[in-house]
Amino acid sequence: MTMKLPRWFHQLGSPPYVYRLADRLCPWLGAIGVILLAVGSVWGLVIAPADYQQDEVYRIIYIHPQTAYIGMMAYVVMAVAAAIGYVWRLKLAHAVAVSAAPIGAWFTFCALFTGAVWGRPTWGTYWQWGDPRIMFEALLLFLFLGYLALRGAFDDRDKADRVTAILAVVGVVNVPIVHYSVEWWNSLHQTSTLLDEGGPAMTTDMLIPFLIMILAFTLTFYWLLLRRLQAEIIEREGDARWIRELVGEGAP
Amino acid sequence: MSEFFLMNGDGAYVWSAYGLTLAVLILNVWLARAKHRAALQRARELAGQAQVPRRQPTVRRVQ
Amino acid sequence: MRVFNAVLARDLRVAFRRWSELAHPLIFFSIVVTLFPLALSPEGSQLRDIGTGVLWVATFLSSLLALDGLFRGDADDGSLEQLILSPVPLTIAVLAKVVAHALVTLLPLICLVPFTAYTFNIPSAALPTLVLALLLAAPTLSVLVALGAALTIGLRRGGSIVGLLVLPLTSPLLIFGTRATDLSINGEPTAAPLLLLGALAALAISLGPLAIAAAVKVGLE
Repeated sequence: MTMKLPRWFHQLGSPPYVYRLADRLCPWLGAIGVILLAVGSVWGLVIAPADYQQDEVYRIIYIHPQTAYIGMMAYVVMAVAAAIGYVWRLKLAHAVAVSAAPIGAWFTFCALFTGAVWGRPTWGTYWQWGDPRIMFEALLLFLFLGYLALRGAFDDRDKADRVTAILAVVGVVNVPIVHYSVEWWNSLHQTSTLLDEGGPAMTTDMLIPFLIMILAFTLTFYWLLLRRLQAEIIEREGDARWIRELVGEGAP
Repeated sequence: MSEFFLMNGDGAYVWSAYGLTLAVLILNVWLARAKHRAALQRARELAGQAQVPRRQPTVRRVQ
Repeated sequence: MRVFNAVLARDLRVAFRRWSELAHPLIFFSIVVTLFPLALSPEGSQLRDIGTGVLWVATFLSSLLALDGLFRGDADDGSLEQLILSPVPLTIAVLAKVVAHALVTLLPLICLVPFTAYTFNIPSAALPTLVLALLLAAPTLSVLVALGAALTIGLRRGGSIVGLLVLPLTSPLLIFGTRATDLSINGEPTAAPLLLLGALAALAISLGPLAIAAAVKVGLE
């Protein structure tokens, strides 16, 4: 490929560049993320009015869809990064995939837990076997766990990278399935409220904290991703010169 | 105030949901940080071994 | 095409050479299926309720048993590397192996299912649909099992992990398959889930071998 690629594209393939970029970005991501989490939570728990159907319990709407969405985003990040690493043999891309997996698993777990807790007072049950969205979200969690388990089983890191990349890409079909499952099947879940034609089906004073929390969780995800990525980069680069200089400069 | 915690009877649900999510977030922050620190520590040891011949045991700095 | 036939014939020959091993999945299936009435209750109506699910899950679990035969034997004796190095695309050889697995492992299982279904009080009118659904699910299942085997080729203890990887991926098959069976038991039209099973099979056959071949190549590096 003799395309003329922009400079930043090449820089993104350089571990020391990405490491230092992460160092610069993380404080901002962390600070803004925490602030937005606080603002969004307070707004959602206190300021937003009670729902006329679900009373106070509806407030879980400010964390459940968000954690589910981040879990799905994490999987897509993982699959895309793994695919890039596989095709172009980029260690850094594989490092991103590895870093995203545990975070995605935790967020998906939160989604399932908050969903179950929300389901009990509203639908009468914590868990409904056969509800498509719950089932496929659980499948997403299993995919993350399978990815991590398979990863851990290999001694050779390069082989682990490439084998798990195949698994990640095969499993990515599940992400749109989770999303569309409520449209394709009868489900306890309601259909999408945000992306409907004609605008969101939520009043503004509920919509704003909803969106704030989405942004808050997204920033938090990327903070977590970058910190894990930094650790992963150091592991992979071993005793490279730039690492020796990095740790020689005193404790970060 | 107690009304806020009870949430009209549904307090347990709302707070356990928010509480668990917060706990998971804090755990993840701690895990990510710990991983980063551990990697830096290992890199430090590697760098220390490369430059200084092992006459004394390397001092483990407590993070 | 010749390679396909050659690999298929060879795999079938190897499988039948140790024909006693062919019986393992069948015996496993029978045992699993027997455990459920023992654990729950042998009462007729309850058996019918759980029968569909038990049969499908037992079939999926039993299909995992033939894993090792798929790639490990060939990997050990070097014939897999021969296939990789040959000028013919590996995907065709892989497809032949998948077909061999389906014929050797799944087909006997599917033959056993109607008899077992009868013991679970599933009405005989529903049996044709059950068998059809299993036949439609079989290609996808074989592809997934082969994928699991290929992903764990390089591992010593691969066997324990494969179930973890493959079984979650089979959940759509399970959902549609049991739905078709249950609908048929109730006398309702079953076209929808059967078509979906067929669609999944088409998808699996066309894209599966690509992923499997890639995994085999990486695993043997």
